[in-house]
Amino acid sequence: MSELRIRGLQKSFDGTPVLHGIDLSVERGTLLALLGPSGSGKTTLLRLLCGFERADGGSVEIDGRRVVGDDLHVPSEQRRIGYVPQEGALFPHLSVADNIVFGLPRAQRRARHRVAELLELVGLPGNFGERAPQQLSGGQQQRVALARALAPSPTLVMLDEPFSSLDAALRLETRQAVASALAATGATAVLVTHDQSEALSLGHEVAVLWNGRLIQTATPETLYRRPVTRELASFVGEAVLLPGMAIRDRVRCELGELSLSGPTGQGAVDVMVRPEQIRLLRAEERMPNGAATYDAVVTEVIFQGQDAGVALQLRSDARTMVRARVPGYLCPRPGEQVRLAVDGEVTAYARA
Amino acid sequence: MSEALSAGPPAVSTVPARARSRAPRGLFAAAALSALLVLLPIAFTFWRAASFGAAEAIDLIFRPLVGELLINTLMITVSTTLVSAVIGTAAAWFVERTHLPGRRAWAVLSAAPLAMPAFISSYAWVSLSQDLQDFTGALLVLTCAYFPLVYLPVAAALRGMDPALEESARALGCNRWTTFIRVVLPQLRPALLGGMLLVALGVLSEFGAFTLLRFRTFTTQIYAEFRTSFDGGGASLLACLLIVICLIVLAFEFRVRGAARYERVDRGTRRAVLRYELGVWRWIVVAGLALLSVTTLGVPLGMIGYWLTQPGAAAVTPADVSPELLFNATISSLGFGLAAALLTTLLVVPLAFLLVRYPTRFATLFERTVFLAQGVPGLVIALAIVSLAVHALQPLYQSATLLVIAYSMLFMPLALVSVRAAFMQAQPRLEETARALGLNWSQTLLRVVLPLAGPGLGAAAAMVFISVVTELNATLLLSPLDTQTLATQVWADTSTMAFAAAAPYAALLTGISLFASGLLFALLGKSALLGERS
Repeated sequence: MSELRIRGLQKSFDGTPVLHGIDLSVERGTLLALLGPSGSGKTTLLRLLCGFERADGGSVEIDGRRVVGDDLHVPSEQRRIGYVPQEGALFPHLSVADNIVFGLPRAQRRARHRVAELLELVGLPGNFGERAPQQLSGGQQQRVALARALAPSPTLVMLDEPFSSLDAALRLETRQAVASALAATGATAVLVTHDQSEALSLGHEVAVLWNGRLIQTATPETLYRRPVTRELASFVGEAVLLPGMAIRDRVRCELGELSLSGPTGQGAVDVMVRPEQIRLLRAEERMPNGAATYDAVVTEVIFQGQDAGVALQLRSDARTMVRARVPGYLCPRPGEQVRLAVDGEVTAYARA
Repeated sequence: MSEALSAGPPAVSTVPARARSRAPRGLFAAAALSALLVLLPIAFTFWRAASFGAAEAIDLIFRPLVGELLINTLMITVSTTLVSAVIGTAAAWFVERTHLPGRRAWAVLSAAPLAMPAFISSYAWVSLSQDLQDFTGALLVLTCAYFPLVYLPVAAALRGMDPALEESARALGCNRWTTFIRVVLPQLRPALLGGMLLVALGVLSEFGAFTLLRFRTFTTQIYAEFRTSFDGGGASLLACLLIVICLIVLAFEFRVRGAARYERVDRGTRRAVLRYELGVWRWIVVAGLALLSVTTLGVPLGMIGYWLTQPGAAAVTPADVSPELLFNATISSLGFGLAAALLTTLLVVPLAFLLVRYPTRFATLFERTVFLAQGVPGLVIALAIVSLAVHALQPLYQSATLLVIAYSMLFMPLALVSVRAAFMQAQPRLEETARALGLNWSQTLLRVVLPLAGPGLGAAAAMVFISVVTELNATLLLSPLDTQTLATQVWADTSTMAFAAAAPYAALLTGISLFASGLLFALLGKSALLGERS
């Protein structure tokens, strides 16, 4: 059974379409990451689901109950959703505990129902209840916002770029706390983000919104390995694109004959290789499995500590530039002669 | 004194280490002068009152008349404050939070009544119907005059509120009404309370409107006692009572301003505010706002226009206007206004600079002292200055100089707020950058400080100018014998029910006030009223 079911959802602002017929289902207890570049319409989609905006067409069912449909617009307060806004938006006039119990009936508010339990759930000490939101760091505010959203036991939790305003270290930590809190409650959740690493690491499933259309809904692995378009391939990670010819389940290009991860059209294609699939070998070294290797010159190195980006120029064709990603301790020097080989399956896109 | 000064911790932590250094003595003395100037009349009033024997004072205070005045004053203050709060908040909410047809126009029209002095609208309403005197009329006129003091801060607070707060409340199960009660209203509380206390202070200090509407309060009685027993001391006893009430209100105002800071918890970008659709209700709301504008601006302007076209004989008391007197009154109003605007701005500059650059305990003390003037009715200050002049400064009594100084004492708090904000704009960092780029101090002043602080200084001067032109109390008591201003002429002619004769003065006065307010609006930028980024 599906927790959230969206059919043909449409929305325009001042005549400009922002969402073109979105179809999406989210299973009970899963976390769906809604990924898209800025301006793709992901926040609009979330606001439609929350009921902050009115849809122009289509339908939305939450837990089998229709909340958007023909001439139907159930107001936000009757949808039983939990909403975690971009920067937490804690009520500044209320303490942390009062923020958490805000959505509960009066009697439970008085009794500070489940405050300690919820604080613990989001990984905050129980004595935080009496603090004012102003005394909390950005990450702590975000956690309280999640506790507040979870308190009324919503059927669906919506998170609107909850980590975008946090700095890198805090972001990672808060991300983990939020993910484990959501997992612990078994909540169905939709996380809106423009950060691909966030989507890949948190989402059980990732739905990609591109110019108002859902272009791919897949597991993080599938999305990363087999993105449906070139642009998406570059959006979800670094991509090396090379011209090639596809024949059945194999493709021939400057880096030899490679196996395809899935069926594509036959003929002229662009081959997409992830930089970490490109293995660097010393000039005289060979691949253990006997795979073909190619001579190249290192033209540029961007050292980042745990790994390094390496730009390479093929000996066989000086016009072909390839980017590889190698572990930091194996980082070559610019000008060094190396060999490279491709490991694993690749994806190809038919050329127009 | 300066040793103690350096011991004080800086009140503002963001001020660079440089600010902890000692303020130049001249600056400190100049700032102290402003504070002393404000303190002088208040201290004098208490000293005069203290000259009564205890028994005599008790007899004077505990009489039925004082009880009646107290009830009248408190009744009109409380009811005007409450009605203003409701009207101001409702207008602000509809203008800022709904898709209202003609939103910008309503925003301007809801703030504009500030430029219409209460005694001018009193004149208009009284000339329309004599039945409007007493409590009802006073409530009507004062609410019209003072509700913008609630509207402006509440509208600003509504604009500054993060829409995500309301959305979160909706998602947590609140409908529109409970969202307003549980989330919006608590956020508005500082702005709303601050505005309400300003209204209360305004009503407590009001004199002209009450006199014209024949509603007896402390101020009208103080004036009457002053008239019957010139400098008798009875007036100063009543004045002390009034000052105490005002100071209580002022203390609340300080607390509201100082305590709850409900700024947004988070930082970063913010979405545009949430606006609700009103549907068919919008025409009812528009009708309500239209009625409000007709009452606050339409009727006063209309009545002035009507009496302008009437011959002098049409009024209850026939009197005609002399063009020469009209010209002279206009010139003296403008002259006093400009002189006072200049003097007041100059007087607050040292204090404002001290507050921004050398924020020590003494600077804060001076600031608080100056803000006392905000809580003391102009009539009381004017009376104290009259007594002072009679006792100690005989040659200055009823001279233009003393009147201009009195205006400065009255309106220093007004100018201080704006000038201080202006100096905040010109941060030392910017000055240092200019000096590093090779400018000397005078070039820095000319090319950096003045361009940054200039609009704020101009705004301060404009506000003082408007207040002086529409001021009545000090003008009545202190203006030179042969000098009439527009305000005193309206007052004199309305008191004798010569409505047609008052019309040209009222028209000119309102015109100058509205024009200067428009200028001020331009100086502060549209953002002050409409919340649009320029």
